[in-house]
Amino acid sequence: MERASASLWRRINERYNLVGNKCENCGRIYFPKRIVCRQCGRKTKMTETKLSGNGKVYAVTKIRVPAQAFKDSAPYTVAVVELEEGPRVEGHVVDAGNGEVKIGTKVHSVFRKMHADGEEGLIYYHFKFEPV
Amino acid sequence: MRDVAVIGAGLTRFGERWEHGLRELIAEAGMQAIMDANIESKDIQIVYGSTMASGRFVGQEHLAALLADQMGFKNVPAVRVENACASGGSAVRQGYIAVASGMYDIAVIGGVEKMTDVTTAEATTALGGAGDQEWELAQGITFPGLYALIANRHMHEYKTTEEQMASVAVKNHRNAIKNKYAQFHKEITIDEVLKSKIVSDPLKVLDCSPISDGAAVIVLAPLESAKKYNDTPIKIAASAQASDTLALADRDSLTELKATRLAGRDAYAKARLKPTDINVAEVHDCFTIAEILAMEDLDFYGKGKAAKAIEDGETEINGKISINTSGGLKGCGHPVGATGVKQIAEIVTQLRGEAGERQVAGAEVGLTHNVGGSGATAVVHILNRVN
Ligand SMILES: [Zn+2]
Repeated sequence: MERASASLWRRINERYNLVGNKCENCGRIYFPKRIVCRQCGRKTKMTETKLSGNGKVYAVTKIRVPAQAFKDSAPYTVAVVELEEGPRVEGHVVDAGNGEVKIGTKVHSVFRKMHADGEEGLIYYHFKFEPV
Repeated sequence: MRDVAVIGAGLTRFGERWEHGLRELIAEAGMQAIMDANIESKDIQIVYGSTMASGRFVGQEHLAALLADQMGFKNVPAVRVENACASGGSAVRQGYIAVASGMYDIAVIGGVEKMTDVTTAEATTALGGAGDQEWELAQGITFPGLYALIANRHMHEYKTTEEQMASVAVKNHRNAIKNKYAQFHKEITIDEVLKSKIVSDPLKVLDCSPISDGAAVIVLAPLESAKKYNDTPIKIAASAQASDTLALADRDSLTELKATRLAGRDAYAKARLKPTDINVAEVHDCFTIAEILAMEDLDFYGKGKAAKAIEDGETEINGKISINTSGGLKGCGHPVGATGVKQIAEIVTQLRGEAGERQVAGAEVGLTHNVGGSGATAVVHILNRVN
């Protein structure tokens, strides 16, 4: 999935640092960031907020038939993680050792390489999760 | 608003159609539909063409005008409708609105997808665009991966089993044998499903709908004049649609497709019918777990109750409610843009009493349910025989 590099850079703060935002009107925290609060509409008042990266697995699967750009990394484990601040996020779960990743497994975020556009192409980085 | 009827339907055989491109597929189905409706090309006033990703699959955009031209409808207004895997159902709904409003009398809806010209990895990537590109596909979370997450959670919350999911595939393959347009004409067993290659745990190859080529076309007219064309017009009693977040993680529940729930309830209210009034339904079984969700979210069964009912045979042809008599997406095939239109064609065939070996006895009321992505779009139609 080769994409223009601008689409990578504009999300760097979110993808590298797990920065979301909070609607000061209702208190709801979003990740990824949104311009408009789903509950408040025109009363939205967003401020950036850094998420702790701590959470637990809400649903999990191991993907064995990958999308094109991930053909060298299959199989890989992917989960919906419920963060302690509230929002759920989708991400890879790595370094599980022999331990099984299942619903309820406690995880925290780490910074990892996601994939590369070929041997000399751009390397994509992203937060991933690791069992605690 | 006036009542709308389906006066004609046409299909191609679904499957790997290497001998046919996009344009031949749509022309083949379109010709059948206008013969079935007993109309002339010049009667057509508007065309809605649906395809999810013709640009990715065959490099062709600007589809609606091409489809209209290839079906022989010269110079009519033509509009493409794209709503991922719900493109077909969404296009049908646009045609319904056009005729119900009184703006057009005869509308043609043509859905098509040509998927087998690319590799599985390319197709997987193209279909991944139905989810959230920036937060799902960009992390390599494939479409089966999303439904696998749903299945994992459903198994956790309701003790749904892999055998129960497999029973959906077994049923739909059995139904497909009786459908000459279906991609597969081969019975499969629970054991074969369980032993097939894992795509994304717990989903195996035989839990997934296939990659297919195919087209489906229907013709709509005002009910008041429908008898002029056709002895058995089928009335569209309700057309409903809802949307939800593209990303799975953004939803309150992973085990309910809220868009299906809302569209279903809106459709029942509009048709003044209850779920128990439905005799036959085509529901969106892109994965076996999706049919289980559909049976619950369309209020046919309570939450967590559908999997066992399917396993017990309640949704077989002429069971308590006949589900996916065509073979569904799983057995009949899933040329994405065609699927929602094909669902209407199957229900029309059933309500006319023309479904042959797979006929549901005394079918009077049918329902179609078409989902886009992992549930960001759902379209529900209710159709009934006019006596
Ligand atoms: Zn708010």
